Amino acid sequence: MFEKLIEMFSYPFMVRAILVGVMVSLCSALLGVSLVLKRYSMIGDGLSHVGFGALAIAAAVNAAPLTFAIPIVILAAVLLLRISGNSKIKGDAAIALISTSALAIGVMVISMTTGMNTDVYNYMFGSILAMSTGDVKMSIVLSAAVLVLYILFYQKIFAITFDETFALGTGVKVNLYNTLIAVLTAVTIVLGMRMMGALLISSLIIFPALTSMRICKTFKSVIINSAVISVICLFIGITISYVWATPAGASVVVVNLGALILYTMIGVVKNRSFLSGK
Amino acid sequence: MALIRCENISIAYEGQTVVHDLSFQIGQNDYICIVGENGSGKSTLVKSLLGLKAPAKGRIELGDGLKANEIGYLPQQKDVHKDFPASVYEVVLSGRLNSRGFRPFYTAADKSKVRQNMELLGIRDLERHCFRDLSGGQKQRVLLARALCATKKLLLLDEPVTGLDPIVTQEFYQLIHQINKTSGIAVVMVSHDIEAVVEYASHVLHLQETALFFGTAKEYKASEVGKTFLGGGAHV
Ligand SMILES: Nc1ncnc2c1ncn2[C@@H]1O[C@H](COP(=O)(O)OP(=O)(O)O)[C@@H](O)[C@H]1O
Ligand SMILES: [Mg+2]
Repeated sequence: MFEKLIEMFSYPFMVRAILVGVMVSLCSALLGVSLVLKRYSMIGDGLSHVGFGALAIAAAVNAAPLTFAIPIVILAAVLLLRISGNSKIKGDAAIALISTSALAIGVMVISMTTGMNTDVYNYMFGSILAMSTGDVKMSIVLSAAVLVLYILFYQKIFAITFDETFALGTGVKVNLYNTLIAVLTAVTIVLGMRMMGALLISSLIIFPALTSMRICKTFKSVIINSAVISVICLFIGITISYVWATPAGASVVVVNLGALILYTMIGVVKNRSFLSGK
Repeated sequence: MALIRCENISIAYEGQTVVHDLSFQIGQNDYICIVGENGSGKSTLVKSLLGLKAPAKGRIELGDGLKANEIGYLPQQKDVHKDFPASVYEVVLSGRLNSRGFRPFYTAADKSKVRQNMELLGIRDLERHCFRDLSGGQKQRVLLARALCATKKLLLLDEPVTGLDPIVTQEFYQLIHQINKTSGIAVVMVSHDIEAVVEYASHVLHLQETALFFGTAKEYKASEVGKTFLGGGAHV
């Protein structure tokens, strides 16, 4: 097993995948807590489909994938946020509309240019071979920026996640910070989706948050736990994918599912002994 | 000059007027109770005072150096926090956010203010508890502490005692009375509890789309509106 690990780290593409994976899983775990608690998980899913469309177009017109997709997904994030904040429009239906449209456009573009081939498969389910060294550098710089911004705005993010009305009523710039969350989420999703795949990237946002909420009772501990769980699951998932040659994205999701089940059981046992101890 | 002065305001949802032609003011150190039936626009008015809902007509002016980010607020209860993981300390501390501007971290002064307010409301020993596991009365104290952290001048409380048992309710009224008297913070409270209103409040605003009555609590007891409402309450 240990030899397998050493062997894995001797391949530069594996090291790159793990580096980017760790950074992206950190970002998505932190942002995921707010998105799940604010009932915005759907936005993450919608954005990944928009990302798919954007990457498909980028490939068709030969543009640099990240620099092309990130602005588009950021725009979509701000738009989706507006929609779900507006009670007049049916938010969830509108999000489904936008995300399926983006998906369809992406598929059309691909089938008219390169044809339905391994590219589509890679966009959908992810590939750790997808990234060039330039992409890796850019991914690491951007995800580091996301992390720094998250830490700087942590207190604001807590306040608007816990009680938006109170924050707004006491003069906090809620819209600005909501937009910040949306932008950071958009960047994280684009960075992660080529490894995880458009269909699975939103799991990176949802799973760690839900898992740590099974047993953690303060916001800070939920955040820290999510980050740790997310990174560990990513590492195990990538290792599994290397050893058994399974797709990286799916492997990471399956490990995350295992963690969720484990934490749920621990939570049940803990509550039980707490109740009987009373 | 008053802390807040409303001049002929009307408030509407999608063209549907909920409050119309309302004028009143909140002075320093006042203790104003807003009474009225369900759906008479009390919460809506509170939201407008906070700047969450712009009036369709008329003006709401802040005076006496009061700024929009210096008002403490205790929202009407809802279930949004049912499964939210947050400690009592985290919740109360978030009340300090409005005075931070863009500065990212809380200072020692913020934290000592938090401890002081938790002390005042007798929830210091709950500091590490999970907010969602508290009793109704404890939760309201935590949210009041948060509101206090957000202001030195004015507290807006929307039906703070709904769902609390009678003893806890009385304790809560005492606390608010004490805060109003000793800290000099003006209080605006939406309440159905007419007896407590006339006991503690300095002024009463009786809302029924517009002001049926606005004046001191003493005048209210003597007024026609007040007599009907008080009498009606006493016979139930
Ligand atoms: N967000 C909203 N959109 C449309 N109508 C609303 C909204 N909030 C309240 N209303 C309506 O405004 C009226 C006053 O509501 P509210 O201020 O909550 O009354 P109160 O707090 O006195 O019980 C009610 O008829 C209610 O249906
Ligand atoms: Mg109300």
